Amino acid sequence: MLRIEHAYWLIAAFLLYSGWRNLRDGHRWHAAFWTVLGLLFGAGDFILAQSAAGDALPAQVAGAAVIALALLAPRLKRQAHPESSSAEQRLQSAIRLGHRLFVPALLIPLVTLLVALFGAYLVIGRHALFASPQMTLTGLALACVVALFAASRVARTPMLEGVAEGRRLLDAISWAALLPLLLAALGQVFTQSGVGAVIAALATDFLPTGNATAALLTFALGMVLFTVIMGNAFAAFPVMMAGIGLPLLIHQHGAHPAILGSMGMLCGYCGTLLTPMAADFNLVPAALLELRNPYGVIKAQAWSAVWIFACTFLMMWLLVFR
Amino acid sequence: MNYWPLLGVAVIVIGFALRFNAVPVVVTAALASGLLAGMSVPELLALLGNSFVSERMLLLFVLTLPAIGLLEHAGLREHAQRWMARLQSLTLARLLIGYLLGRQLLATVGLTGVAGAAQTVRPLLAPMGEAAAEKILPELDQDDREELRAVAAATDNIGRFFGEDVFIALGAVLLIQGFYTQHGIELSPLAIALWALPTAVAAFIIQSVRVWLYQRRLQRRAAANRARGS
Repeated sequence: MLRIEHAYWLIAAFLLYSGWRNLRDGHRWHAAFWTVLGLLFGAGDFILAQSAAGDALPAQVAGAAVIALALLAPRLKRQAHPESSSAEQRLQSAIRLGHRLFVPALLIPLVTLLVALFGAYLVIGRHALFASPQMTLTGLALACVVALFAASRVARTPMLEGVAEGRRLLDAISWAALLPLLLAALGQVFTQSGVGAVIAALATDFLPTGNATAALLTFALGMVLFTVIMGNAFAAFPVMMAGIGLPLLIHQHGAHPAILGSMGMLCGYCGTLLTPMAADFNLVPAALLELRNPYGVIKAQAWSAVWIFACTFLMMWLLVFR
Repeated sequence: MNYWPLLGVAVIVIGFALRFNAVPVVVTAALASGLLAGMSVPELLALLGNSFVSERMLLLFVLTLPAIGLLEHAGLREHAQRWMARLQSLTLARLLIGYLLGRQLLATVGLTGVAGAAQTVRPLLAPMGEAAAEKILPELDQDDREELRAVAAATDNIGRFFGEDVFIALGAVLLIQGFYTQHGIELSPLAIALWALPTAVAAFIIQSVRVWLYQRRLQRRAAANRARGS
């Protein structure tokens, strides 16, 4: 049976390979960084299982490893390795292979889609082929392997060369790859240390909430601001709802709960478009697309976010107090 | 109430504003917030370690890199560009708006992992977009190319975000429903998801108009260049 943990082991193997290649090339800091991260990925299940069983030591070691990664990150130069083939070679290959090059690239979304739609029905004997938690992501991992196999067939290149090319791209993304995980972990630390509750208390104490429109605007802007700080609308929602939405807007001003919840959440999504804290949507794509400005994607979507927020707020204001 | 953990937020804001390396900034902020909230060091280390490894799915995109690296080595981007250059009727705006629509529709049925910056934008949408922009403005420079890639990534994000909220069995809707259930208000997921539709439509229109305006800006620059050249 394929589980999401198999994908994590695959990632661990890729990271350890990248570490080893960097060591061989004499990039010691890169080597140490990817190796530590690879070990964290490989040991992840063990760490979580031990924590659940009450043994905190592996998790503490993992915490220390995260701090080690933070110390290593500034030493990584985000220089792209030189291209492994010249523009002329790539053009010749493109002309020779033509549309066949699209097949493996399209296999990634296609196989993911098939697993997401039909994975639940695939059964061998009495065992389901895919475990149901995170099935789409398991499908994505499988799709990547299938695509690599197909790509090596199409390009008549060994698969290991693909892994080496992947490592080249990984080194170009460098520490930015780590940010989504770290920021999600930071969100949990913020929640545990009561940062959310403090901000909600400050917001309700100092902002105008007397009339319904002012309270609604405070709620909507609070969703945006809080999402910008936490990097995630899901973290902002319970805090703003408990602070303003439920007591003031629903109970006092009679707001429609479904509209307030749905559109309030979408106001938070506008905040996600604006913040470097949402690294997986804003900073990682900038690194993947080799933009020199790490905030380039945020810059490109900022005005969309403002307009979508304005529209959503207006519709919410018109509909919610019916 | 203990206000000290807020210093963690301050660390983030200052660190990001001064453009320090983001990794140590984030870890410092987590340590500061945790310690100021009165957690012990072993407790904080365990929390950090556990939270980090439970978010491993966020690094899944690296598995796309070997296949994409191999295809780019074999000329995928060059082929996408050459192909786009031949398709006269597929303009930049049509390409991006079509992608936006597809991404949004897939997300409304819960298929958010199918596309993304690593899966579709870098290997396909960005090079095709660059080729489409070159059809308008042949003298595209490095800044223009980077802006175009950023617009492609932004279109991908907006399609995903304002589609997924309409899907009834996914994160956002279930979180909203769960919150209300805890506080004694019963709502069906469908009742919540339906109210995400107006914003989904608005987001599609807004992003489409902005893409179209972006294309018109390129066209005007091309016209000005031609006028200067002749």
